[in-house]
Amino acid sequence: MYFDYAATTPVDKRVIKSMIPFLNQKFGNPSSMHSFSADTKKALEKSRSIIAKVIKANPKEIVFTSSATESNNMALKGVAFAKKKGHILVSSVEHDCVLNTAKWLGKNGFEVEFLPVDKYGMVDPKEVERRIKKNTILVSVMHVNNEVGTIQPIREIGKICKENNIYFHSDAAQSFGKIPIDITNIDLLTISSQKIYGPKGAAALFVKEGVKIEPLLHGGGQEGGLRSSTENVPAIVGFAKATEICFSLMDKEQERLTKLRDKIIDKLIKEVPNCYLNGHPTKRISNNINIRFSFIEGEAILFMLNSYGIAVSTASACSSPKLEPSHVLSAMGLKQEDAHGSIRISLGRMTKISEVNYLLKVLPEIVKKLRKISPHK
Amino acid sequence: MNYSKEVLKHFSKPHNYGKIDNYDGLGRVGNMACGDEMFVYIKIKENTIKDIKFETFGCVAAIATSSVLTDLAKKKTIEEALKITKQDVVDALGALPPIKIHCSVLAIDALNEAVYDYFVKNNLPISKELEDKHSQIIKRESCHS
Repeated sequence: MYFDYAATTPVDKRVIKSMIPFLNQKFGNPSSMHSFSADTKKALEKSRSIIAKVIKANPKEIVFTSSATESNNMALKGVAFAKKKGHILVSSVEHDCVLNTAKWLGKNGFEVEFLPVDKYGMVDPKEVERRIKKNTILVSVMHVNNEVGTIQPIREIGKICKENNIYFHSDAAQSFGKIPIDITNIDLLTISSQKIYGPKGAAALFVKEGVKIEPLLHGGGQEGGLRSSTENVPAIVGFAKATEICFSLMDKEQERLTKLRDKIIDKLIKEVPNCYLNGHPTKRISNNINIRFSFIEGEAILFMLNSYGIAVSTASACSSPKLEPSHVLSAMGLKQEDAHGSIRISLGRMTKISEVNYLLKVLPEIVKKLRKISPHK
Repeated sequence: MNYSKEVLKHFSKPHNYGKIDNYDGLGRVGNMACGDEMFVYIKIKENTIKDIKFETFGCVAAIATSSVLTDLAKKKTIEEALKITKQDVVDALGALPPIKIHCSVLAIDALNEAVYDYFVKNNLPISKELEDKHSQIIKRESCHS
């Protein structure tokens, strides 16, 4: 049973069907002049329009990339290289691909500062206002946090940036297709296919008209010169199809998942002693549950659940390659001993109520078993 | 994390876990902030570890190394038990991911401390080796050294 939809999702059957013709029949290079390229060129531009439309952007503002990591690199480095110097503000709970890009820029002549968060993992827009300087060139705050699901006040942060003439980037990999995104105050937005039942290898960066960024890849000048490479047409077509499906199901699916999410949270907190929710109780994406159990460790919970056929994830230090604790939980002020026992359960379109019931039966038993082994109860 | 079959076997059905209420020695190492903490309880009769149990807070490897350590030490004389090395623990588990080797060290340390505790409580002479090891363990500051 899969409870790790925030990590990645299976590809929807309708998406697979939409992609197949572009693997062998309609395989032409969209940049070619002959008739083999006509279909792929058309499909590429149609996909661009579909994705632009759902966020109310202009198709010209959508740049296809290979991953959210690439889009985020492109946003941060792209602005930095265009501006050549300056101050960059990034939230301290960003995904590693934003954080490590920012840190790299910090080592390469840019002034990088990390925004603190409150105990729910939320950035206070006033902190942004307080920290922006004359030479600030970019602010980057994710829409929804990947670990704890907290929804950030990006509209307010974007407004502050706009008033101060600073570019605002938001990583929406965890929110795109799940909740509406208002791009009024956003200059750069990262969206991804593999989180919304589309294929891996497709993502995009929305670059608002007039926003100047340097490309990371130089070559044939595809994607308006911003991302040279022959476009991955099958994956992009799949990404567009996945987007259409997600947006057509959005309201119903969010309502269903929110109910399942709250059922899991309420039942665990009620039935398991010393069990706490990480992240915001209400300003939270519908599919995320991040919960911690005192006196036991996350990797042990994960493997025990796995032996019952249940897949979840953990940001426990013991599971990380460097034995480092989750930077998100640390930024939220969680003590080390508390952070260790955290797991993330994330729901998706295929999550059934029967699976949730099974999880709710097994998880409290596992917690009990591990606490029996633990010196602390 | 890629764990050996033997690690997962010990983890899902650990041997000798729990407390010994009237223990003769207790070794406590690690701490919750670091992510692993082990308690090893021993019962001694005629210089032999008659019974041994553990309580562990920690990951899969921490629980598996504790479990296998109790298997290795049970029924051994104190001298034999103190000769168990971290490599013996790793070998008994088939393998441990390199990043988890510190768990086998922790298990050995916990046993060492339990024996030390028994010696101190019973006013028995403590060898220089055991004394040195003890001061090393309590001085350890970083989490995974």
